[in-house]
Amino acid sequence: MATDAPTGSREAAGTEDTFWLGKHVFRNRLIVGTGKYETFDQMREALDVSGTECITVAVRRERLYDGDGKNILDFIDLERYTLLPNTAGCYNAKDAVRTARLGREILRGLENPGADWVKLEVLGDSKTLLPDPMATLEATEQLVAEGFQVLCYTNDDPVTALRLKRAGATAVMPAGSPIGSGQGVLNPNNIRICLEYLKGDDPDYPVIIDAGVGTASDITFAMELGVDAILLNTGIAHARDPVKMARAMNAACEAGRLAYQAGRIPKRLYATASSPEDGVISSRPW
Amino acid sequence: MNIKFNGESRQVRDYITIAELLEELTLDPRRVAVEVNLELAPRDRHGETTLNEGDQLEVVTLVGGG
Repeated sequence: MATDAPTGSREAAGTEDTFWLGKHVFRNRLIVGTGKYETFDQMREALDVSGTECITVAVRRERLYDGDGKNILDFIDLERYTLLPNTAGCYNAKDAVRTARLGREILRGLENPGADWVKLEVLGDSKTLLPDPMATLEATEQLVAEGFQVLCYTNDDPVTALRLKRAGATAVMPAGSPIGSGQGVLNPNNIRICLEYLKGDDPDYPVIIDAGVGTASDITFAMELGVDAILLNTGIAHARDPVKMARAMNAACEAGRLAYQAGRIPKRLYATASSPEDGVISSRPW
Repeated sequence: MNIKFNGESRQVRDYITIAELLEELTLDPRRVAVEVNLELAPRDRHGETTLNEGDQLEVVTLVGGG
């Protein structure tokens, strides 16, 4: 399913670093949104070079008198991508559950493997687009009971994250910073605690940074913290050159993942020389 | 009879089924999902589900999103 570039380079690095998300397995660790591109062709090209195998879509009313009549599905290779329908724009649990059911129904019609899951987004405030944790928990319980694999967009609060996991969420997806804000990961310590609490006795439990990515280094930084994957949209779609930025995000994700696996050196206040201390021909000033 | 279609009033013939309505509107049934009065109307029953006066329909599709 993956493009040649990331797969090839991972093989060159001597690992097949797959990633389980519920019942799905991916090699690439980017989940990329399909919104806000200038054209569907631009979206298709950006998705291609991002290396992603999993893309998010939204569920909206059919507009009968749409200008050009183009449908996003004409630009998405359903054999290549697993679709992840979201409940974006829902401000209560009931509407989020309805939206999840509708999304599943469409994906079943398309025979896409994404029919068994949902990116749950229940918002609490239209200015910050921050989640409503109580309503998110309520919707999670309902959707899990209905057999959905629920990927929960949430804030970076470790207690909420733990509650969502205990409610049966397939993955917890804390926001790095508000949706579309491009501020990166604002509170890495909270993400570290989320990782510790969620993965402590369950190291394969997926934790995904969802929202806030502004540029490639934000992804690398998040991946170095040890999250399993990154979900982003605006950081690519609204870059000056979305296709080039998609490539950058792909490379950044792989770099961050490899660095996390390789294990960074601890930070020290003082220097440690890289060249031998012995045999230096110069004398020290003091 | 009158129904609400995606929030707007719409005249349709009596006893029309969901499948017939989608066909009239030239909507690809594979690409939409339908809700009647807040309950999902499964695709495999569109052919036998008739609409009633005042029904509230939501007909949704996929769009770009994050």
